[in-house]
Amino acid sequence: MSTLLACEGLSMRFGGLVALNELSLAVNAGEILGLIGPNGSGKTTFFNVITGIYQASEGRVDYLGHDLARMSAQEIYRAGVTRTFQRSRLCLPLSIFDNLMIGNHRRLNHGLWFNLFQRAAFRRQFEEQHAKARGLVRTFSAPLAERLFEAAGSVNMIDRRRIEICRALISEPTLLLLDEPSAGMTHEETRELMDDILIVREHMPGLSIIIIEHEMNVIERITERCIVLNFGQKICEGPYAQVAADAQVQEAYLGTE
Amino acid sequence: MRRLLDAASPAPALASMAAVTLFAVLFLHAESQEAVIGITVVAVIALLLLARFGWNRLAAASFAGHSRSGQASVLIGVLVIVAVFHDQHFPLLMLASVLLYIVVCLGLNLQFGYAGVVNFAGAAFYGVGCYTAAVLTSHTALPHLAVVLIGGLMAAVIGSLLILPVLRTYGHYAALVTIAFGILFRVFLEVNDALGGPQGMKVQGMEILGWKLNEGLQFGDLEFSFYANYVLVALVMAAVAFMLVRRLERSWIGLNLDAVRLDETASAAFGIDVARWKITAFTLGNFLTGLAGAVYAMMTGFVAPNSFTFGDSLILVSIVILGGIGNPWGLTVAAAIVLMLPEKLQFIQEYRLLLYAGLVILILLFRPGGLMPRQVRNYLPGWKP
Repeated sequence: MSTLLACEGLSMRFGGLVALNELSLAVNAGEILGLIGPNGSGKTTFFNVITGIYQASEGRVDYLGHDLARMSAQEIYRAGVTRTFQRSRLCLPLSIFDNLMIGNHRRLNHGLWFNLFQRAAFRRQFEEQHAKARGLVRTFSAPLAERLFEAAGSVNMIDRRRIEICRALISEPTLLLLDEPSAGMTHEETRELMDDILIVREHMPGLSIIIIEHEMNVIERITERCIVLNFGQKICEGPYAQVAADAQVQEAYLGTE
Repeated sequence: MRRLLDAASPAPALASMAAVTLFAVLFLHAESQEAVIGITVVAVIALLLLARFGWNRLAAASFAGHSRSGQASVLIGVLVIVAVFHDQHFPLLMLASVLLYIVVCLGLNLQFGYAGVVNFAGAAFYGVGCYTAAVLTSHTALPHLAVVLIGGLMAAVIGSLLILPVLRTYGHYAALVTIAFGILFRVFLEVNDALGGPQGMKVQGMEILGWKLNEGLQFGDLEFSFYANYVLVALVMAAVAFMLVRRLERSWIGLNLDAVRLDETASAAFGIDVARWKITAFTLGNFLTGLAGAVYAMMTGFVAPNSFTFGDSLILVSIVILGGIGNPWGLTVAAAIVLMLPEKLQFIQEYRLLLYAGLVILILLFRPGGLMPRQVRNYLPGWKP
């Protein structure tokens, strides 16, 4: 199995606070990796650093010949890394279709001339992308696929989550980062969502996923490997059953007696 | 009858436009204050009654389904007004001013309606266009179409000096930067003797390819006010600007602008170059504003710093908010209301800033979407999956 992403000595400091402390870890091509750890252990910070939202204080992130730690958020997206956010960041006044097309940015033509004056060509691109968006949303929910031109703010929480995941998937990324996809949903809804993600993955065999999650049954069911963070460092890695039994991990979550 | 009242028929849209044109003619024709007030009150009551019976939704659907004939009916409406008042200066001057303000507000709408870049210096950029026309027509022999174009370019270039501080600051601070620029611009004009100081400058009338706009057209016995010429020019400009802004909104670029306004972090995470789109919107908006300014200066024949105050910038912003942020039709209606009402109702004149302020507060409190709230983006009118 080849390595898709490897970070080495990655540190992120906010003033005196060390959120990531010389973190080193590797993600294999095609795997679903669970990223777990207590609150404040640096999971979301890790996502923010490798998607270019924060500039790392030190270290490097090798990904397909790039160093993500030195790239802008835009360049990282174009290199095929997309994400969802812990708290939904959809543009609620815009239509569901609009939100999906934001995620599809690198597949669209943004030339002024094309958009203003080549309306026939624009129409073709629009129709192509509409069919693609509809097909993708239908994998998650058939009724939702019929509502693409309604405001994203008019649908319920689980549908918003679905839209957010579709927005991250539609540009066919190489690496997908899911930041607590189950937050605010019931067990049943989470289960449905995870099944849908697994279906999509079958159509995109090259796709690797890193998932941050507090629901351990989700982690157990869908990840192939887990990495546990604590105080910005990796303290354990391996299949879920193995890390769950690890003494250091239990101590990080529950404290010492 | 049933078929005519169907949303799929163009009849409701055309009937609405005919009614609006009739109202505009009566309104502009009325001489006494009582008549103006009477006509306005009747129109408002009629509008509220029709809205009660769902007419506005019907008309909106009909406009959406027949955008070509809807747009044509607006153009015809303007031409009818020109024909009715063909030899009167005042109504035609007002009509041309409304059309030029529509161009400016379309520019502002690009800036803060779509990209979220606030601009409280709209009047200053308008002034850049005006003064460019004044300087170029009095010192050079450049063809006037080129003068108008340079007016737009100057506004865009001067705007780009502002873009760095605007990009580096957020929200209120960016607003302050533009307010400061607007005030600086006016002070600069007042102390600058080369630009006429507080007295301002004279501007030559427009001439397009030998057509002298300051000479009224004459067909046999029918004499037209020379302002009719400017109405035609302003109408063409407004129609083209409207179409461009519309197309921009209904494209991936319009989507990028909205995304940048609503969530910069998410935009960046999906590859949208936030600075690029803010600059695009700001520059295009100022360009439109400058174009309109240059034509306005040539129409009025005179420019002075007093026409480009902070208050004027506020009026521009309030037009966009009043009409419905992001909706080009809304600002078209709002521009007509905001410019014409105080001109006809003289007792409002003195209190007009107060009136606008009150109106904007009411709108923001009770109808934040404006008179005509923006709908979700419809990329291809009439397109069905």
